[in-house]
Amino acid sequence: MMTNTGNRLTQGQFSFLPDLTDEQISAQIKYALNHNWAVGVEYTDDPHPRNTYWEMYGMPMFDLKDPAGILLEINNCRKTFPNHYIRVTAFDSTRGVESPRMSYLVNRPKNEPGFGLARQESHGRNIRYTVHSYATDKPEGERYTK
Amino acid sequence: MTEPAAGQDAKPEPKALHAVPDATPVDLDAAFRDSHVQEVLDKLDRELIGLKPVKTRIREIAALLLVDRLRKGLGLTAGAPSLHMCFTGNPGTGKTTVAMRMGEILKRLGYVREGHLVTVTRDDLVGQYIGHTAPKTKEVLKKAMGGVLFIDEAYYLYKPENERDYGAESIEILLQVMENQREDLVVILAGYKDKMDRFFQSNPGMSSRIAHHIDFPDYAPDELVAIARLMLEEQQYCFSPDAERAFADYIVKRMKMPYFANARSVRNALDRARLRQANRLFARPSVKLIKKDLVTIEAEDILASRVFSDGVPDTETPKPSIL
Ligand SMILES: Nc1ncnc2c1ncn2[C@@H]1O[C@H](COP(=O)(O)OP(=O)(O)OP(=O)(O)O)[C@@H](O)[C@H]1O
Ligand SMILES: [Mg+2]
Repeated sequence: MMTNTGNRLTQGQFSFLPDLTDEQISAQIKYALNHNWAVGVEYTDDPHPRNTYWEMYGMPMFDLKDPAGILLEINNCRKTFPNHYIRVTAFDSTRGVESPRMSYLVNRPKNEPGFGLARQESHGRNIRYTVHSYATDKPEGERYTK
Repeated sequence: MTEPAAGQDAKPEPKALHAVPDATPVDLDAAFRDSHVQEVLDKLDRELIGLKPVKTRIREIAALLLVDRLRKGLGLTAGAPSLHMCFTGNPGTGKTTVAMRMGEILKRLGYVREGHLVTVTRDDLVGQYIGHTAPKTKEVLKKAMGGVLFIDEAYYLYKPENERDYGAESIEILLQVMENQREDLVVILAGYKDKMDRFFQSNPGMSSRIAHHIDFPDYAPDELVAIARLMLEEQQYCFSPDAERAFADYIVKRMKMPYFANARSVRNALDRARLRQANRLFARPSVKLIKKDLVTIEAEDILASRVFSDGVPDTETPKPSIL
């Protein structure tokens, strides 16, 4: 599919680049910590672009000085959900709300079947289009097990 | 996603031991200068009186880390040395003070990335109910990463009389991180010597993971006087010559009394001397004061102590039972 070259999910920052190494991830986390942003780890197996609320892997982490603690949680999450999408989100509270400043993938399933285009005939001869993730045809938790 | 590289970074150059000519020159002096470690060591010397064995050990650690860095420059790998420490010593011998400096020193030497100090006691690590302890301990560990985790009175983590105590769970997690994430944080335990020894006897795993057991000696009387001078200077006061002699007498007497706490007793004695000085100035309102009066501690401010008149400490908690 044109918008999903190589069947790789492209959401959040850096998603058109090759997967970040742990060292590059740590550098991005450091950038967030330097701004006093809280950093959270989240996972999902529903890659639809409108699925904004992913599951939190533990609470967002406040008051950390060094990326090592967050990388530790990322690796724990990878161990628990090796075939899920995992993202890191940095929250900025300076405006009184925790608004995301950064968000990027740090783990993805081995095989990403991608999205299909679904057409719906509506009134008159109109056609509605939407995307549908092949993975979500299966129930939660079984979507990326080969 | 590629498999997460499980701590398997920079493959060691296997033949560096033989590939690099033995005669390759190394510049230890330059490395020493570039690290600015001397400044920190000098500052330590200036601001902390005495503590010879402690300072010597810190110098040795600095040397080890510098040599390690030079070796790495030549491709000789040795793995990060373990720098977890245990500080033992009587009350007020400077354990907490040195731990705070340790972060900065290790940062200058490139051993930790941030150099901040996270101070905790049992309550910060151990939870109240099942499943509470692990997240609590991990939270603290994550905060300390990149710096130094200082566990004061570490022996309270382990309560042998209560077999359902959650402290053991916390120790378990600490041990794991101390072993596997040496490059991410340094753990310093502190406490009184006898209790610490007993703690290590029942937790040999902890003892073996600690590379440096440093004992803080009690201060000699002249060192305590020097500490007093330094503390006064920090607070912009000074002794009159008579007062300094009086203080030297005071310290010798006070040392033999109960609840003596080394440098902390000095700090308390000085606080009381300042109180008496202020009262003395108030008691003579007619005399014209000059600046010198405001900054000088006189002998009478020291000699008014009950240490001299009654042979007991001034009310320094806890109250001695001989009263
Ligand atoms: N060598 C020293 N030079 C100057 N001041 C010192 C020295 N050692 C200790 N002090 C001062 O004495 C006070 C007590 O020191 P500190 O809190 O480090 O003792 P401690 O060993 O941690 O005691 P405790 O075991 O009771 O916790 C501090 O205010 C510190 O500034
Ligand atoms: Mg202390």
